[in-house]
Amino acid sequence: MRILIIGGGMGGTILGNNLARRLKGELKAGKAKITMLSASDQHMYQPGLLYVAVGQMTPDQLYRDQRGLLEPGIDFEVDPVEEFDLDNNRVKTKAGKTHEYDILAIATGSRIVPENIPGLAEHAETFYTEETAVKMFKRLREFEGGKVVITVGVPHKCPMAPLEITFMLNDYFKERGIRDKVQLHYTYPIGRTHSLENVAKWATPEFDRLGITYETLFNMKEVDGANKVLKSEEGTETDYDLLIAIPAHKGMEVIEKNNLGQSGWIPTDRHRLNMEGRDDVFVLGDTTNLPISKAGSTAHFEAEAIAENIASMVKIGVPVRDYDGKVFCFIEAGKDRATYAMFNYQNPPDPKPPTKAVHWFKMAYNQLYWASARGLL
Amino acid sequence: MSDEPKVIDARNTFCPGPLMELIAQMKQAEVGEELELLSTDKGSVEDVPEWINKVGHEVVSNEEKDGVWHIRVRKLK
Repeated sequence: MRILIIGGGMGGTILGNNLARRLKGELKAGKAKITMLSASDQHMYQPGLLYVAVGQMTPDQLYRDQRGLLEPGIDFEVDPVEEFDLDNNRVKTKAGKTHEYDILAIATGSRIVPENIPGLAEHAETFYTEETAVKMFKRLREFEGGKVVITVGVPHKCPMAPLEITFMLNDYFKERGIRDKVQLHYTYPIGRTHSLENVAKWATPEFDRLGITYETLFNMKEVDGANKVLKSEEGTETDYDLLIAIPAHKGMEVIEKNNLGQSGWIPTDRHRLNMEGRDDVFVLGDTTNLPISKAGSTAHFEAEAIAENIASMVKIGVPVRDYDGKVFCFIEAGKDRATYAMFNYQNPPDPKPPTKAVHWFKMAYNQLYWASARGLL
Repeated sequence: MSDEPKVIDARNTFCPGPLMELIAQMKQAEVGEELELLSTDKGSVEDVPEWINKVGHEVVSNEEKDGVWHIRVRKLK
Protein backbone atom coordinates (compact mmCIF):
# COMPACT_ATOMS: atom_id res chain seq x y z
CA MET A 1 0.00 0.00 0.00
CA ARG A 2 1.57 3.28 -1.15
CA ILE A 3 0.55 6.22 1.06
CA LEU A 4 1.42 9.67 -0.21
CA ILE A 5 1.19 12.75 2.06
CA ILE A 6 1.27 16.17 0.43
CA GLY A 7 2.39 18.87 2.86
CA GLY A 8 4.82 18.90 5.78
CA GLY A 9 2.99 21.27 8.11
CA MET A 10 1.33 20.31 11.36
CA GLY A 11 -1.36 18.07 9.83
CA GLY A 12 0.90 16.22 7.40
CA THR A 13 3.65 15.72 9.97
CA ILE A 14 1.40 14.36 12.73
CA LEU A 15 -0.37 12.13 10.20
CA GLY A 16 2.90 10.74 8.85
CA ASN A 17 4.42 10.05 12.26
CA ASN A 18 1.27 8.56 13.74
CA LEU A 19 0.84 6.35 10.68
CA ALA A 20 4.48 5.24 10.66
CA ARG A 21 4.12 4.02 14.24
CA ARG A 22 0.86 2.21 13.53
CA LEU A 23 2.31 0.57 10.41
CA LYS A 24 5.78 -0.21 11.77
CA GLY A 25 5.53 -3.89 10.91
CA GLU A 26 4.06 -3.31 7.46
CA LEU A 27 6.74 -0.72 6.62
CA LYS A 28 9.47 -3.13 7.72
CA ALA A 29 7.98 -5.97 5.70
CA GLY A 30 7.64 -3.78 2.59
CA LYS A 31 3.83 -4.09 2.65
CA ALA A 32 3.36 -0.34 3.10
CA LYS A 33 5.31 2.72 2.07
CA ILE A 34 4.85 6.30 3.31
CA THR A 35 6.12 9.22 1.23
CA MET A 36 5.84 12.89 2.19
CA LEU A 37 6.31 15.73 -0.29
CA SER A 38 6.77 19.25 1.06
CA ALA A 39 7.70 22.69 -0.24
CA SER A 40 10.30 23.22 2.49
CA ASP A 41 12.95 21.36 4.49
CA GLN A 42 11.97 23.51 7.49
CA HIS A 43 8.94 23.17 9.77
CA MET A 44 7.51 26.34 11.26
CA TYR A 45 5.53 26.59 14.50
CA GLN A 46 3.04 29.06 13.05
CA PRO A 47 1.26 30.05 16.31
CA GLY A 48 4.59 31.53 17.41
CA LEU A 49 4.25 34.35 14.87
CA LEU A 50 1.80 36.07 17.23
CA TYR A 51 4.58 36.36 19.82
CA VAL A 52 7.13 37.52 17.21
CA ALA A 53 4.77 40.36 16.31
CA VAL A 54 4.88 41.73 19.87
CA GLY A 55 8.55 41.01 20.55
CA GLN A 56 8.08 37.99 22.84
CA MET A 57 9.79 35.47 20.51
CA THR A 58 12.31 35.69 17.68
CA PRO A 59 11.79 33.85 14.37
CA ASP A 60 14.66 31.38 14.88
CA GLN A 61 12.72 29.90 17.82
CA LEU A 62 9.92 28.84 15.46
CA TYR A 63 11.81 26.45 13.18
CA ARG A 64 13.03 22.85 13.24
CA ASP A 65 14.49 20.68 10.50
CA GLN A 66 11.53 18.76 9.02
CA ARG A 67 13.48 15.55 8.40
CA GLY A 68 14.46 15.47 12.07
CA LEU A 69 10.78 15.57 13.12
CA LEU A 70 9.81 12.52 11.07
CA GLU A 71 9.86 8.83 11.91
CA PRO A 72 12.71 7.06 10.06
CA GLY A 73 10.28 4.95 8.02
CA ILE A 74 8.94 7.99 6.14
CA ASP A 75 10.44 8.82 2.77
CA PHE A 76 10.66 12.65 2.82
CA GLU A 77 11.32 14.79 -0.24
CA VAL A 78 11.43 18.57 -0.65
CA ASP A 79 9.62 18.72 -3.95
CA PRO A 80 6.16 20.34 -3.99
CA VAL A 81 3.35 18.90 -6.10
CA GLU A 82 2.25 20.89 -9.14
CA GLU A 83 -0.23 18.52 -10.82
CA PHE A 84 -2.81 16.21 -9.26
CA ASP A 85 -4.10 13.39 -11.49
CA LEU A 86 -6.63 11.84 -9.12
CA ASP A 87 -8.28 9.67 -11.79
CA ASN A 88 -4.99 7.85 -12.32
CA ASN A 89 -3.76 7.96 -8.69
CA ARG A 90 -0.64 9.98 -9.34
CA VAL A 91 0.87 13.44 -8.82
CA LYS A 92 3.61 15.29 -10.63
CA THR A 93 6.11 17.47 -8.76
CA LYS A 94 7.99 20.69 -9.45
CA ALA A 95 11.10 18.64 -10.21
CA GLY A 96 9.12 16.73 -12.83
CA LYS A 97 8.90 13.51 -10.84
CA THR A 98 5.75 11.35 -10.84
CA HIS A 99 4.54 9.67 -7.64
CA GLU A 100 1.83 7.01 -7.75
CA TYR A 101 -0.28 6.20 -4.70
CA ASP A 102 -2.98 3.95 -3.32
CA ILE A 103 -3.98 6.45 -0.64
CA LEU A 104 -3.40 10.20 -0.86
CA ALA A 105 -3.58 12.74 2.00
CA ILE A 106 -3.60 16.44 1.13
CA ALA A 107 -2.49 18.89 3.83
CA THR A 108 -1.18 21.87 1.91
CA GLY A 109 -2.53 24.57 4.27
CA SER A 110 -3.61 28.12 3.57
CA ARG A 111 -2.25 31.60 2.88
CA ILE A 112 -3.33 35.19 3.45
CA VAL A 113 -4.69 37.14 0.48
CA PRO A 114 -4.54 40.80 1.55
CA GLU A 115 -4.33 41.74 -2.14
CA ASN A 116 -8.05 40.99 -2.45
CA ILE A 117 -8.86 44.17 -0.49
CA PRO A 118 -7.65 47.31 -2.31
CA GLY A 119 -4.93 49.05 -0.29
CA LEU A 120 -4.68 46.42 2.44
CA ALA A 121 -1.37 44.82 1.43
CA GLU A 122 0.28 48.23 1.09
CA HIS A 123 -1.05 49.90 4.23
CA ALA A 124 -1.71 47.24 6.88
CA GLU A 125 0.62 45.30 9.14
CA THR A 126 0.03 41.55 9.40
CA PHE A 127 1.68 38.72 11.31
CA TYR A 128 0.99 35.54 9.32
CA THR A 129 4.51 35.21 7.88
CA GLU A 130 7.94 35.59 9.46
CA GLU A 131 8.74 38.64 7.37
CA THR A 132 5.48 40.49 8.13
CA ALA A 133 5.50 39.62 11.85
CA VAL A 134 9.00 41.11 12.21
CA LYS A 135 7.98 44.16 10.18
CA MET A 136 4.93 44.63 12.40
CA PHE A 137 7.03 44.54 15.56
CA LYS A 138 9.38 47.16 14.16
CA ARG A 139 6.37 49.40 13.43
CA LEU A 140 5.08 48.88 16.97
CA ARG A 141 8.46 49.88 18.46
CA GLU A 142 8.40 53.14 16.53
CA PHE A 143 4.76 53.89 17.38
CA GLU A 144 4.46 56.66 19.96
CA GLY A 145 0.68 57.10 20.09
CA GLY A 146 -2.51 57.41 18.06
CA LYS A 147 -5.29 55.14 16.89
CA VAL A 148 -4.51 51.48 16.27
CA VAL A 149 -7.21 49.61 14.35
CA ILE A 150 -7.30 45.82 14.41
CA THR A 151 -9.46 44.53 11.55
CA VAL A 152 -10.52 41.02 10.62
CA GLY A 153 -11.29 39.27 7.31
CA VAL A 154 -12.98 35.88 6.69
CA PRO A 155 -12.11 33.11 6.48
CA HIS A 156 -8.96 33.34 8.57
CA LYS A 157 -6.58 30.94 10.24
CA CYS A 158 -6.59 30.79 14.05
CA PRO A 159 -9.99 32.10 15.18
CA MET A 160 -8.55 33.38 18.46
CA ALA A 161 -5.83 35.52 16.83
CA PRO A 162 -7.95 38.70 16.53
CA LEU A 163 -8.69 38.77 20.25
CA GLU A 164 -5.22 37.62 21.25
CA ILE A 165 -3.37 40.28 19.28
CA THR A 166 -5.72 42.96 20.66
CA PHE A 167 -5.17 41.96 24.29
CA MET A 168 -1.43 41.55 23.70
CA LEU A 169 -1.21 45.01 22.12
CA ASN A 170 -3.02 46.43 25.15
CA ASP A 171 -0.34 44.99 27.44
CA TYR A 172 2.49 45.88 25.04
CA PHE A 173 1.60 49.59 25.05
CA LYS A 174 0.92 49.47 28.80
CA GLU A 175 4.42 48.10 29.42
CA ARG A 176 5.92 50.84 27.28
CA GLY A 177 4.04 53.39 29.38
CA ILE A 178 2.11 54.84 26.45
CA ARG A 179 -1.24 53.05 26.74
CA ASP A 180 -2.92 56.38 27.59
CA LYS A 181 -1.69 57.77 24.25
CA VAL A 182 -3.01 54.80 22.24
CA GLN A 183 -6.61 54.18 21.21
CA LEU A 184 -7.19 50.52 20.43
CA HIS A 185 -10.14 49.95 18.07
CA TYR A 186 -11.28 46.46 17.04
CA THR A 187 -13.54 45.56 14.12
CA TYR A 188 -15.18 42.16 13.58
CA PRO A 189 -17.25 40.73 10.69
CA ILE A 190 -20.33 39.53 12.61
CA GLY A 191 -22.58 41.14 15.19
CA ARG A 192 -20.48 40.35 18.27
CA THR A 193 -16.79 40.48 19.19
CA HIS A 194 -16.08 36.81 18.44
CA SER A 195 -17.67 34.01 16.44
CA LEU A 196 -18.05 31.85 19.55
CA GLU A 197 -20.89 33.32 21.57
CA ASN A 198 -19.44 32.32 24.94
CA VAL A 199 -16.04 33.76 23.99
CA ALA A 200 -17.70 37.02 22.93
CA LYS A 201 -19.57 37.13 26.27
CA TRP A 202 -16.20 37.09 28.00
CA ALA A 203 -14.27 39.31 25.56
CA THR A 204 -16.74 42.20 25.26
CA PRO A 205 -16.72 43.21 28.95
CA GLU A 206 -12.93 42.79 28.90
CA PHE A 207 -12.76 45.29 26.03
CA ASP A 208 -14.99 47.68 28.02
CA ARG A 209 -12.85 47.28 31.12
CA LEU A 210 -9.62 47.94 29.21
CA GLY A 211 -10.99 50.86 27.22
CA ILE A 212 -10.79 49.04 23.87
CA THR A 213 -13.44 50.33 21.45
CA TYR A 214 -15.07 48.03 18.89
CA GLU A 215 -17.33 47.97 15.86
CA THR A 216 -19.12 44.76 14.88
CA LEU A 217 -20.70 43.84 11.51
CA PHE A 218 -17.64 45.36 9.84
CA ASN A 219 -16.20 43.62 6.76
CA MET A 220 -13.22 45.24 5.08
CA LYS A 221 -13.92 46.71 1.65
CA GLU A 222 -10.92 48.96 0.96
CA VAL A 223 -8.14 50.95 2.58
CA ASP A 224 -7.63 54.59 1.64
CA GLY A 225 -3.96 54.80 2.53
CA ALA A 226 -3.55 58.45 1.61
CA ASN A 227 -6.19 59.53 4.12
CA LYS A 228 -5.62 56.61 6.52
CA VAL A 229 -9.23 55.44 6.40
CA LEU A 230 -10.56 51.87 6.42
CA LYS A 231 -13.94 51.38 4.71
CA SER A 232 -16.41 48.52 5.24
CA GLU A 233 -18.82 46.57 3.04
CA GLU A 234 -21.53 47.76 5.41
CA GLY A 235 -20.95 51.40 4.44
CA THR A 236 -19.11 52.58 7.55
CA GLU A 237 -15.50 53.73 7.91
CA THR A 238 -12.88 54.26 10.57
CA ASP A 239 -9.69 56.30 10.53
CA TYR A 240 -6.41 54.92 11.83
CA ASP A 241 -2.78 55.78 12.50
CA LEU A 242 -1.66 52.14 12.52
CA LEU A 243 -3.69 49.44 10.79
CA ILE A 244 -3.25 45.81 11.85
CA ALA A 245 -5.08 43.22 9.78
CA ILE A 246 -6.00 39.58 10.05
CA PRO A 247 -6.59 39.24 6.29
CA ALA A 248 -8.90 36.73 4.65
CA HIS A 249 -7.23 33.44 3.70
CA LYS A 250 -7.36 31.12 0.71
CA GLY A 251 -6.13 27.57 0.27
CA MET A 252 -2.91 27.07 -1.67
CA GLU A 253 -2.72 28.04 -5.33
CA VAL A 254 -1.91 24.49 -6.45
CA ILE A 255 -5.33 23.34 -5.20
CA GLU A 256 -7.14 26.02 -7.20
CA LYS A 257 -5.03 25.48 -10.33
CA ASN A 258 -5.87 21.77 -10.30
CA ASN A 259 -9.60 22.52 -9.81
CA LEU A 260 -9.74 20.55 -6.57
CA GLY A 261 -11.79 23.20 -4.77
CA GLN A 262 -13.01 26.78 -5.01
CA SER A 263 -10.59 29.25 -3.37
CA GLY A 264 -8.26 26.35 -2.64
CA TRP A 265 -10.58 24.63 -0.14
CA ILE A 266 -11.25 20.98 -1.03
CA PRO A 267 -14.83 19.66 -0.51
CA THR A 268 -14.43 17.19 2.35
CA ASP A 269 -16.72 14.81 4.25
CA ARG A 270 -17.00 16.19 7.78
CA HIS A 271 -16.78 12.79 9.50
CA ARG A 272 -14.67 10.56 7.22
CA LEU A 273 -12.43 13.44 6.06
CA ASN A 274 -12.19 12.02 2.56
CA MET A 275 -12.44 14.29 -0.46
CA GLU A 276 -16.05 14.21 -1.62
CA GLY A 277 -16.47 11.47 -4.23
CA ARG A 278 -13.07 9.90 -3.62
CA ASP A 279 -12.54 7.23 -0.97
CA ASP A 280 -8.79 7.11 -1.52
CA VAL A 281 -8.11 10.82 -0.98
CA PHE A 282 -8.10 12.33 2.53
CA VAL A 283 -7.96 16.04 3.32
CA LEU A 284 -6.93 17.67 6.58
CA GLY A 285 -6.11 20.95 8.28
CA ASP A 286 -6.77 24.29 6.63
CA THR A 287 -7.14 22.60 3.21
CA THR A 288 -10.68 21.29 3.86
CA ASN A 289 -13.79 23.30 3.08
CA LEU A 290 -15.32 22.23 6.41
CA PRO A 291 -17.10 24.97 8.35
CA ILE A 292 -14.85 24.51 11.38
CA SER A 293 -11.86 26.40 12.78
CA LYS A 294 -8.75 26.65 10.66
CA ALA A 295 -6.35 25.94 13.51
CA GLY A 296 -3.40 23.74 14.34
CA SER A 297 -5.44 21.72 16.80
CA THR A 298 -8.03 20.96 14.11
CA ALA A 299 -5.28 19.61 11.87
CA HIS A 300 -3.88 17.65 14.84
CA PHE A 301 -7.13 15.89 15.75
CA GLU A 302 -8.02 15.27 12.11
CA ALA A 303 -4.56 13.77 11.52
CA GLU A 304 -5.06 11.33 14.40
CA ALA A 305 -8.43 10.19 13.02
CA ILE A 306 -7.08 9.79 9.48
CA ALA A 307 -3.97 7.92 10.68
CA GLU A 308 -6.13 5.45 12.57
CA ASN A 309 -8.35 4.98 9.53
CA ILE A 310 -5.58 4.58 6.96
CA ALA A 311 -3.83 2.09 9.24
CA SER A 312 -7.03 0.09 9.62
CA MET A 313 -7.62 0.22 5.86
CA VAL A 314 -4.17 -1.34 5.42
CA LYS A 315 -4.73 -3.93 8.15
CA ILE A 316 -8.42 -4.89 7.79
CA GLY A 317 -9.55 -3.11 4.63
CA VAL A 318 -11.96 -0.56 6.18
CA PRO A 319 -11.76 2.62 8.30
CA VAL A 320 -12.76 2.37 11.95
CA ARG A 321 -13.74 5.80 13.25
CA ASP A 322 -15.26 9.19 12.45
CA TYR A 323 -13.78 12.61 13.18
CA ASP A 324 -16.03 14.26 15.78
CA GLY A 325 -15.15 17.88 14.98
CA LYS A 326 -12.85 18.28 17.99
CA VAL A 327 -10.98 21.59 18.29
CA PHE A 328 -8.97 22.98 21.21
CA CYS A 329 -7.76 26.58 21.18
CA PHE A 330 -5.77 28.50 23.75
CA ILE A 331 -6.80 32.16 24.08
CA GLU A 332 -4.11 34.57 25.26
CA ALA A 333 -5.84 37.34 27.25
CA GLY A 334 -2.77 39.56 27.54
CA LYS A 335 0.89 38.97 28.31
CA ASP A 336 0.36 36.82 31.39
CA ARG A 337 -3.18 35.40 31.43
CA ALA A 338 -4.96 32.94 29.15
CA THR A 339 -7.98 30.69 28.85
CA TYR A 340 -9.05 28.05 26.34
CA ALA A 341 -11.99 26.84 24.26
CA MET A 342 -12.69 23.18 23.49
CA PHE A 343 -15.59 22.02 21.35
CA ASN A 344 -16.76 19.54 18.72
CA TYR A 345 -19.70 19.10 16.36
CA GLN A 346 -22.06 18.39 19.26
CA ASN A 347 -20.80 20.49 22.17
CA PRO A 348 -20.20 24.24 22.16
CA PRO A 349 -17.25 25.68 24.10
CA ASP A 350 -17.60 27.21 27.55
CA PRO A 351 -14.41 29.18 28.24
CA LYS A 352 -13.52 29.91 31.86
CA PRO A 353 -12.07 33.21 33.16
CA PRO A 354 -8.37 33.63 32.14
CA THR A 355 -5.68 32.57 34.60
CA LYS A 356 -1.92 32.78 34.82
CA ALA A 357 -1.74 28.99 35.02
CA VAL A 358 -3.29 28.54 31.56
CA HIS A 359 -0.94 31.19 30.14
CA TRP A 360 2.08 29.33 31.49
CA PHE A 361 0.72 26.07 30.10
CA LYS A 362 0.47 27.75 26.71
CA MET A 363 4.09 28.90 27.10
CA ALA A 364 5.03 25.29 27.85
CA TYR A 365 3.01 24.09 24.86
CA ASN A 366 5.01 26.42 22.60
CA GLN A 367 7.92 24.05 23.36
CA LEU A 368 5.88 20.86 23.73
CA TYR A 369 4.63 21.43 20.18
CA TRP A 370 7.71 19.68 18.84
CA ALA A 371 6.74 16.54 20.74
CA SER A 372 3.23 16.95 19.39
CA ALA A 373 4.49 17.20 15.78
CA ARG A 374 6.48 14.02 16.34
CA GLY A 375 3.21 12.36 17.28
CA LEU A 376 4.25 11.83 20.91
CA LEU A 377 1.69 14.12 22.57
CA MET B 1 -34.43 32.55 -12.31
CA SER B 2 -31.28 31.09 -10.86
CA ASP B 3 -30.33 27.44 -10.71
CA GLU B 4 -30.43 25.45 -7.48
CA PRO B 5 -28.61 27.49 -4.83
CA LYS B 6 -25.24 26.46 -3.52
CA VAL B 7 -25.79 24.95 -0.06
CA ILE B 8 -23.58 25.95 2.87
CA ASP B 9 -23.96 23.22 5.48
CA ALA B 10 -23.06 24.91 8.77
CA ARG B 11 -25.18 22.61 10.92
CA ASN B 12 -23.68 21.74 14.32
CA THR B 13 -20.69 24.01 13.92
CA PHE B 14 -19.69 26.70 16.37
CA CYS B 15 -16.52 28.32 15.09
CA PRO B 16 -16.31 30.22 12.80
CA GLY B 17 -20.10 29.73 12.76
CA PRO B 18 -22.89 30.04 10.19
CA LEU B 19 -22.74 33.80 9.53
CA MET B 20 -18.95 33.82 9.11
CA GLU B 21 -19.29 30.92 6.66
CA LEU B 22 -21.95 32.81 4.73
CA ILE B 23 -19.86 36.00 4.58
CA ALA B 24 -16.89 34.04 3.21
CA GLN B 25 -19.05 32.30 0.61
CA MET B 26 -20.80 35.53 -0.44
CA LYS B 27 -17.42 37.01 -1.32
CA GLN B 28 -16.81 34.13 -3.74
CA ALA B 29 -20.33 34.22 -5.24
CA GLU B 30 -21.36 35.98 -8.45
CA VAL B 31 -23.83 38.88 -8.39
CA GLY B 32 -27.34 37.40 -8.74
CA GLU B 33 -26.28 34.01 -7.35
CA GLU B 34 -28.33 32.41 -4.57
CA LEU B 35 -26.91 30.60 -1.56
CA GLU B 36 -28.74 28.50 1.02
CA LEU B 37 -27.34 28.43 4.55
CA LEU B 38 -28.22 25.48 6.80
CA SER B 39 -27.85 26.31 10.47
CA THR B 40 -28.81 24.71 13.79
CA ASP B 41 -27.94 27.95 15.62
CA LYS B 42 -31.20 29.78 16.32
CA GLY B 43 -29.25 33.06 16.42
CA SER B 44 -28.86 32.76 12.65
CA VAL B 45 -32.55 33.63 12.20
CA GLU B 46 -31.76 37.17 13.26
CA ASP B 47 -28.08 37.78 12.66
CA VAL B 48 -28.01 36.58 9.04
CA PRO B 49 -30.85 38.89 7.86
CA GLU B 50 -29.34 41.74 9.88
CA TRP B 51 -26.03 41.45 8.00
CA ILE B 52 -27.64 40.79 4.62
CA ASN B 53 -29.82 43.90 4.95
CA LYS B 54 -26.97 46.05 6.23
CA VAL B 55 -24.74 45.18 3.27
CA GLY B 56 -27.58 45.39 0.75
CA HIS B 57 -28.12 41.80 -0.38
CA GLU B 58 -31.49 40.01 -0.28
CA VAL B 59 -33.02 37.37 2.00
CA VAL B 60 -35.10 35.18 -0.34
CA SER B 61 -36.53 32.89 2.35
CA ASN B 62 -35.97 31.97 5.98
CA GLU B 63 -37.65 28.86 7.36
CA GLU B 64 -37.19 26.10 9.93
CA LYS B 65 -37.47 22.41 9.03
CA ASP B 66 -36.93 19.82 11.78
CA GLY B 67 -34.69 22.05 13.89
CA VAL B 68 -32.62 23.29 10.94
CA TRP B 69 -32.94 26.85 9.65
CA HIS B 70 -32.76 27.13 5.87
CA ILE B 71 -31.86 30.72 4.98
CA ARG B 72 -31.76 31.47 1.30
CA VAL B 73 -30.05 34.67 0.20
CA ARG B 74 -29.19 36.40 -3.08
CA LYS B 75 -26.07 38.44 -3.76
CA LEU B 76 -27.11 41.80 -5.20
CA LYS B 77 -23.84 43.69 -5.65
